Amino acid sequence: MLELQGVTFAYPGQSPVFERFSWRGERGDVWAVLGPSGCGKSTLLMLLAGLVLPQAGDVRIDGERITRPRPRTGLVLQEYGLLPWATVQDNVMLGLRIRRFYGPDGRHVPRDERLDPAEAQARVKHWLARLDIADVATKYPGQISGGQRQRAAIARTLVLDPDLVLMDEPFSALDAPTRESLQALTLDLCAEGGMTVVLVTHNIEEAAFVGQKVVLLGKPPNRQAHIIANPHITDAEYRRSVEYQAICTGLREAL
Amino acid sequence: MKRRDVLLATLVLLALWYGLAALIQRPILPTPVRVLATFIRDLPRDLGRHTLVSLYRVAASIILAIALATPAGLVLGQSARLNRIFAPFIYLLFPIPKVVLVPIVLLFLGVGDFPKIVIITMILFFQILVLVRDAAAAIRPELLLSVRSLGAGRRALFRFVYLPASVPAILTAVRQSIGTAVAVLYIAELFATRYGLGYYIYYQGSTLFDYPRMYAGIVAMSLLGLGLYFGVDMVERHLCKWKLGAG
Repeated sequence: MLELQGVTFAYPGQSPVFERFSWRGERGDVWAVLGPSGCGKSTLLMLLAGLVLPQAGDVRIDGERITRPRPRTGLVLQEYGLLPWATVQDNVMLGLRIRRFYGPDGRHVPRDERLDPAEAQARVKHWLARLDIADVATKYPGQISGGQRQRAAIARTLVLDPDLVLMDEPFSALDAPTRESLQALTLDLCAEGGMTVVLVTHNIEEAAFVGQKVVLLGKPPNRQAHIIANPHITDAEYRRSVEYQAICTGLREAL
Repeated sequence: MKRRDVLLATLVLLALWYGLAALIQRPILPTPVRVLATFIRDLPRDLGRHTLVSLYRVAASIILAIALATPAGLVLGQSARLNRIFAPFIYLLFPIPKVVLVPIVLLFLGVGDFPKIVIITMILFFQILVLVRDAAAAIRPELLLSVRSLGAGRRALFRFVYLPASVPAILTAVRQSIGTAVAVLYIAELFATRYGLGYYIYYQGSTLFDYPRMYAGIVAMSLLGLGLYFGVDMVERHLCKWKLGAG
């Protein structure tokens, strides 16, 4: 599903973040990417999203070489990803409107996309309800809480029926209870949808709670993916288990 | 601001005008009662036509300026390189009081509505250009990335991000320049025309010495500016709901 082969990437005029870096993930995996700030976590996500391109090597998803954003990949960012002038409902609808704008051209929009407006409305309604933000559907992002904004950003991504969801520190600006409930929700949604997820975080507990597998990144240049398996995740109760504590300790030492 | 307070302020100003006119007792300052009577009497006749001509000239200028300056501002706001090339020119041209160019524009473009529209468009153009450019440059990269990840290419970004982001900037620019635009309209209508409120006011005052009609023309011009101002406010309330109560 996910494949980085010998990827080298540097921002202009800087030393490389990745050097001949390789990494593989399977369909349905839920990955956490963990590392200190400046280690290249977000860059890894941008590479997978096709928003930046490697100078050498290949990024492949489902065997297809990524040269631009891929229609079936969803991206959820930390903040500021919502249009401030559009209501929650319109923000969630945005991806579908963009799809209608282009039509199923295979480049911006999947070729098999059906663009029935009534069905689009129903899909938006479904995800607003599933993410528990139906009651703020007509509010603007500036009028709702940070947790609700993040739920709207997730709904906007899921409405497009992605098979790969990339999340860049999606919960780090939220308070602890909101963060934990959204982490649990993310796990539920992964289980429901069978999506592949890559979640970037600098938070050890978050990586241990959400990531079935954790990639550790260090001081750049990153040459090798350090992978730690975390096979015991079940539900919100996992946070109280001995295995969870052990993984957290292991991750802390590895960093 | 409450509607009642605005009405109250209007009444106070009219009362002051009335008091001043009663005190001075000269034909060059008729009372508001007399002026309003003249205004109502003349509006269905020639005054209305002159007002419509002036309104047409300002409105056409506003539309033309928005149509020209918005794309230019969006392009400069997106391209740091182009902006580096054009910024010094804008820096030099923006502060020039465009009204001094009236005689030149008239010399080149002659009589008719067009040169007047051109001169007012020039004033609005720079104001809109600068504010739209800055609004486009201020769009957060996170927003652009996340909308691109939803499948947006250049055209969709323009349609769904840049264009709506520039609406508040356009409205602010238009509101800020309406006063100047109407002032310059007055100057421009003193030359090479026989229509428009500028011409009307000047002709009634300096040639016919009909002061109540001159004042009626001034009232019409003030209402024109005020009406445009209210109009922009109304459009803004409608299009920029998201700015209200955002915290």
